Amino acid sequence: MEKQKKALAVLAEFKDPADLIHAAEKVNEAGYKAFDCHSPFPIHGMDDAMGEKRSPLGWIVGTVAFTAFIGMMAFQGWTSAIDYPLVLSGKPLFSYQTFGVASWAVMVLSSAITAVVAMLALNGLPRLHHPLFYSDNFSKFSDDGFFVSIEARDPLFHKEKTQQFLESIGGTNIELLEE
Amino acid sequence: MSKEVDAGYDYQVPLITGNQTFSSITDKISSIVESKTSKEWALLFGLASSLMMVLLGSIGYLIWEGIGIWGVNNPVGWGWAIVNFVFWVGIGHAGTLISAVLFLFRQKWRTSINRFAEAMTIFAVICALVFPGIHVGRVWAVYYFFPIPNQMDMWPNFRSPLLWDFFAVGTYFTVSLLFWYTGLVPDLATLRDRAKTAIRKKVLAIFALGWRGGNKQWKHYELAYLLLAGLSTPLVLSVHSVVSTDFATAVIPGWHTTIFPPYFVAGAIFSGFAMVMTLALIARRIYHLEHILTLTHLDNMNKIILTTGMMVGYAYSMEFFIAWYSGNPYESFIFVQRAFGQYAWAYWTMITCNVFIPQIFWSRKMRRSIPVMFVVSIFVNIGMWFERFVIIATSLSQDFLPSSWDYFSPTIWDVSLLVGSFGLFFTLFLLFIRHLPMVAMAEIKGVLPQADPHHAHEGETH
Repeated sequence: MEKQKKALAVLAEFKDPADLIHAAEKVNEAGYKAFDCHSPFPIHGMDDAMGEKRSPLGWIVGTVAFTAFIGMMAFQGWTSAIDYPLVLSGKPLFSYQTFGVASWAVMVLSSAITAVVAMLALNGLPRLHHPLFYSDNFSKFSDDGFFVSIEARDPLFHKEKTQQFLESIGGTNIELLEE
Repeated sequence: MSKEVDAGYDYQVPLITGNQTFSSITDKISSIVESKTSKEWALLFGLASSLMMVLLGSIGYLIWEGIGIWGVNNPVGWGWAIVNFVFWVGIGHAGTLISAVLFLFRQKWRTSINRFAEAMTIFAVICALVFPGIHVGRVWAVYYFFPIPNQMDMWPNFRSPLLWDFFAVGTYFTVSLLFWYTGLVPDLATLRDRAKTAIRKKVLAIFALGWRGGNKQWKHYELAYLLLAGLSTPLVLSVHSVVSTDFATAVIPGWHTTIFPPYFVAGAIFSGFAMVMTLALIARRIYHLEHILTLTHLDNMNKIILTTGMMVGYAYSMEFFIAWYSGNPYESFIFVQRAFGQYAWAYWTMITCNVFIPQIFWSRKMRRSIPVMFVVSIFVNIGMWFERFVIIATSLSQDFLPSSWDYFSPTIWDVSLLVGSFGLFFTLFLLFIRHLPMVAMAEIKGVLPQADPHHAHEGETH
């Protein structure tokens, strides 16, 4: 077995949303990529401060919505006009007006499922085991704690220097999380 | 922009009162779930679950004996089962309006009520779905509902509004559940991080999906939430519009009108807000949520009840006008019968509860009086149930041929199923407020003044 523990991440606590935003700007300027800012609620302006791009979720959901609507229209048309043609209440076999309702419902349903599943996938969730959970202090993030974490997979990561850097930008309770 | 200008558009009083901090919100809401079961809760749960047993027993007898145990007769083939179905689906709409429409309109006051309004939606739709499930007579053949290839090699009739209903309500239920659960994830993480016992922590950890509250997660989460709100918003309009087509596409006088979709939607929001109000007032009282669910919130909800109440009032009068203006003798006949015929008692109960009584909310004092709004919300619930009864019973009991006319009277089983469905609803609701955070903590924290990054360092240029 290895003697030396492998460093996984560094965690620093900040006082309030404003401090966290300032910290995020500085960590971003310093060139870190594998970092995150943890807060009990989403903070306005954090994406800009962290240099984050807009989530691609809208495009994913939009594509699914379009496909689902067309697909359901085609399915109803196929069952009603091709597979088992049957004239009902004198309507045309392909009566697209009446097919709109189910197509619409299927579109909304599949888009909603996609929105949730794709959101979880983009977030790498569910993931019950994560280095940050080694920190006892970190459990405050879901109450009133504001944290910056920098993960060891970042090329700029250095056990001591990253800790010093976080301290220099105003972080407190700095922790090195190891295996 | 100066503070004075803001005050005109914004709230003069803070949204959440009592100088709350982030952690006081966490404590307040989480402690409800974490503390020992209160006597009041146990008592209410005992009552509600007993009523639920009445529902289950009645369903058992219904399946054993058949739908002949109901009061349905030859012209009135649609009895209380569809009345209850439309009633419960309607109740759900306020939850969706609060969670989705008010979110898109950036109405921050929704954060105090959205969680349990959404829960109410889910439980109301469950109650609604009981009725089409059991009304079919031969329940073991219920798989004919589903668009699956069956042994007769036929497909469902996609031109039928009853099938649209299946898609609309099924979608509504699933989307509401997803929306509700997505909102719960950060709060489940809060409960997980506060859990004292290992088992509790493990269970909550699984349901919280490993949420870490990082902005890289919030980024996708917020967009997903926005998309769900965007997808649910049209559902507020579409679900009850589709339900109304069950009636509007039939040629029965009093049903065959184009006003039905918007009329049903307004009624749904109206009844749903009344139900949210009833539940909110009880929860507020038992769990002392006065600082989170303030009079401002209740005042806003009462304004919506007043507005939607007048919308249904307009629809009632417009139906009469069109019945006369169309010159259709059957249509005119049925409306005269509604107001002055054998169901006049039901009609005037409806008008009193839905149109007259909510007018009291023109007075600000009444809008902010807890006993008044509680009583009004109960009346609206009653009135909106009667609205569906009036629509269904009057039109069916006196159709085109006087020789087939008959009066509908409910049996004890009709009553036990309706009362029992309230038992199911309240059982689910009580389990929810006992075991899950009934107020969205993460969202409440987000609307506190100190959540704004510009708040802490006022005066400092950013």
